Amino acid sequence: MAEDKKELAPELKEKLKAEFDQDWRKEQRKSVPAKERMKLARQKMPERPAGVRNKDFQEVNIGLTPEMAQVEARRCLDCANPQCVTGCPVSIDIPSFVKLIEKGEFLAAAWKLKETNSLPAICGRVCPQESQCEEVCTMKKASGVPVAIGNLERFASDFERLSGSLKIPPLPPPSGKKAAVIGAGPAGLTVAGDLAKLGHEVTIFEALHEAGGVLIYGIPEFRLPKAILKAEVDYLKRLGVTVRTSFVVGLTATIDDLRNEGYEAFFVGSGAGLPNFMKIPGENLVGVYSANEYLTRVNLMRAYDFPAYDTPVFKARTAAVIGGGNVAMDSVRTAKRLGAERAVIVYRRSRAEMPARTEEIHHAEEEGIEFQLLTTPIRYLGDEHGRVRAMECQKMGLGEPDASGRRRPVPIEGSEYTMDVDLVVCAIGQSPNPLIPQTTPGLKMGKWGNVEVDWTTMATSLPGVYAGGDIVRGGATVILAMGDARIAAAQMDKYLRR
Amino acid sequence: MPKILTRERLVPNLHLLEVHAPEVAGKCRPGQFVIVMPDEKGERIPLSIADWDVERGSVTAVFLVVGTTTRKLAALKAGDEIPVFVGPLGRPSEIAAFGTVVLVAGCFGIGALWPAARALKAAGNRVIALIDAKADYLVYWKDRYRSVCDRVLFSSRDYALGSKEFVPGPLERLLEAEAPVARVIAVGCTYLMYASAQATRPLGVKTVVSLNPIMVDGTGMCGACRCTAEGKTKFACVDGPDFDGHHVDWDELFMRRKSYFDDETRSLCRYEETEFP
Ligand SMILES: Cc1cc2nc3c(=O)[nH]c(=O)nc-3n(C[C@H](O)[C@H](O)[C@H](O)COP(=O)(O)OP(=O)(O)OC[C@H]3O[C@@H](n4cnc5c(N)ncnc54)[C@H](O)[C@@H]3O)c2cc1C
Ligand SMILES: Cc1cc2nc3c(=O)[nH]c(=O)nc-3n(C[C@H](O)[C@H](O)[C@H](O)COP(=O)(O)OP(=O)(O)OC[C@H]3O[C@@H](n4cnc5c(N)ncnc54)[C@H](O)[C@@H]3O)c2cc1C
Ligand code: SF4
Ligand code: SF4
Ligand code: FES
Repeated sequence: MAEDKKELAPELKEKLKAEFDQDWRKEQRKSVPAKERMKLARQKMPERPAGVRNKDFQEVNIGLTPEMAQVEARRCLDCANPQCVTGCPVSIDIPSFVKLIEKGEFLAAAWKLKETNSLPAICGRVCPQESQCEEVCTMKKASGVPVAIGNLERFASDFERLSGSLKIPPLPPPSGKKAAVIGAGPAGLTVAGDLAKLGHEVTIFEALHEAGGVLIYGIPEFRLPKAILKAEVDYLKRLGVTVRTSFVVGLTATIDDLRNEGYEAFFVGSGAGLPNFMKIPGENLVGVYSANEYLTRVNLMRAYDFPAYDTPVFKARTAAVIGGGNVAMDSVRTAKRLGAERAVIVYRRSRAEMPARTEEIHHAEEEGIEFQLLTTPIRYLGDEHGRVRAMECQKMGLGEPDASGRRRPVPIEGSEYTMDVDLVVCAIGQSPNPLIPQTTPGLKMGKWGNVEVDWTTMATSLPGVYAGGDIVRGGATVILAMGDARIAAAQMDKYLRR
Repeated sequence: MPKILTRERLVPNLHLLEVHAPEVAGKCRPGQFVIVMPDEKGERIPLSIADWDVERGSVTAVFLVVGTTTRKLAALKAGDEIPVFVGPLGRPSEIAAFGTVVLVAGCFGIGALWPAARALKAAGNRVIALIDAKADYLVYWKDRYRSVCDRVLFSSRDYALGSKEFVPGPLERLLEAEAPVARVIAVGCTYLMYASAQATRPLGVKTVVSLNPIMVDGTGMCGACRCTAEGKTKFACVDGPDFDGHHVDWDELFMRRKSYFDDETRSLCRYEETEFP
């Protein structure tokens, strides 16, 4: 897997320095002493009340007001050596955009963000900021509370979208070259945007009927409204990108077929769509879902609005969601919103090891989600119609740390107990989608079914074919997928102009 | 959006849908299916590919009207557009020179098995079709089958087609008369496939069935289509839909197919009430 780089590239340092040295930045820095800045309290993201929001699918976070955003931006010390940038996987020039917010130039802040991050409204909402940019923010060391970089990112890009002044950059003359992007997830969308801005003719091929990847079928409306994703996809279309939905590369056409149609460069961003199961008895009972199926029914197919939409989903009295990541949190909060009296996270390690974002765990708790930690299901029991009615669980203890550095859960003999449930969602991880690898001879694969790449260029073993995001990393994050995409797009541009 | 070229009633309750989808048409193989969504609020449902025409750029499916989605499809006309017609999905059926092959087709399976019948004949097999229908007037594409099959037989619940029997009896007699039969391929409702596999099991004749669990994406992403075959959990959309019928957990399949019975009934009532107030 790729190493996270902590040291900034020299060119980037120079660029940051040039911005830092601008007169208005100097003046603004001086206008409020650092001590004063440190006294300001972090602006709390306004949220809808837990008891209201856990019954509907509207967004939980309301967004900072302009006044709040400016106060929050004032907290940023505008460091000469901004650590926050090292924490961001795509090295966004954080101080520059934050200082533009402080100055009140919200649109300029949004454009500054767009220079490095093509989906800021999305990252501002779903990035694990607390373990990336905000984790290393100097304000965190100085005052214990980092600058709310993610919330500010969200604010600036929402402001741009709502102001209706979405800027289409001047496009260079067409290069006459065609690039194919496979998968319309964050990785694919980013590559498409970058290549279009470089003058190439780009087509995205997407298997599902709507673009967005996990952003449309997985992450629920209450965390990432579809309207935001739609705005991003529309923006790409205005850049000249063609989006072909309901097109499964490998089946509707292979990469070789597309080559014959004149596509020269390819980006494989097909994600980690294959759901894992635990292979325990009763897993095929009716009412046991993979998180992918459960979330796809609810989000992509709008089952929360059944029967106005035709796709059904089970509504449970007691829903158990197996796992402790973002996918598990999204599933369990969805079950609660669909009316479950009890919605329970069943996770085999302890709270400290849960990979979900802190904010999501916190929101889940507020919404009345129960947590059964250090617990694992060992068997599901069905009724006479084959529908799940109960689950046998076992308690776990924590042993030595494993390869991931987290303490390994060990079953405790004799701790088995049974819990009544009428819905189970398995959110224990996904593997890379095998369709492209299976239908693309010569594409070199890694041992987890991932596509192998050269991490400096994102090139695969096939000429002109690049890959990034979850298909190379296994389940990762939106911003890492985008980071891969940016590297790949730059290389694809070189390749197309070779 | 893909445009409908033909939508006609073949026999009561069974309809033909021909859609303009040139890329799909160029890739079809026998045994594959498409996923169709009738309108923006609709459900994604799988339908087997019953025919294709590369020149016309069209793909044909035959469907039985059972619930909301298939009713919506039956209400569409030539010239209408549908939001989703994606494919070809699933692994193609195995086509080779096996020797004598018996095809058991019923309901929409008469359409779904047609590409295999044609391909098996072209591959040099002796092809025998056993077509099952409740009554004579429910059989379509007789001429098509007669044009490629060495023998075409019928089983039905009336005497119009000569016998008054469900598939197992006629199939057993056929296997005896035509021995050795290299394989049986059964496509149609779950019960027909199950009954065919039960009939051939004691005779040890390999029997391929095309499983029809509930699906969502059809590309291996959701696991809705889980079936147990050869003792392992398989995703019918990417590992199948063809499986060896002697090694399928039929009880599980019947059970999983009934998952949404209550919701489907609700959906259908709502549809009927809004369409025919
Ligand atoms: C429920 C859930 C919640 C998450 N929450 C967060 C979060 O809060 N923060 C965060 O940073 N990350 C989160 N993640 C992870 C994050 O969404 C992924 O890491 C990211 O989406 C990966 O992007 P991608 O572009 O590589 O792939 P994906 O988003 O998976 O997109 C791949 C796309 O390719 C399409 N495709 C696949 N095969 C083919 C083919 N053969 N032909 C055509 N198209 C194809 C798929 O249909 C899909 O649309 C979450 C994931 C899930 C499932
Ligand atoms: C690989 C495959 C190929 C198929 N080929 C054909 C075909 O060629 N012609 C044909 O008429 N039918 C075919 N089917 C079955 C067809 O998909 C269902 O009849 C259809 O989904 C019913 O939808 P409905 O809304 O009209 O009925 P509903 O009222 O929703 O359902 C009626 C029954 O259909 C089944 N079903 C419901 N939703 C789905 C779904 N999303 N996916 C699969 N099954 C479902 C269930 O068993 C249900 O009880 C195929 C199924 C599969 C898996
Ligand atoms: S993209 Fe993510 S890590 Fe980078 S600045 Fe934004 S929130 Fe922080
Ligand atoms: S490290 Fe924190 S305080 Fe310093 S520039 Fe970055 S956001 Fe501002
Ligand atoms: S239908 Fe989703 S995995 Fe088969």
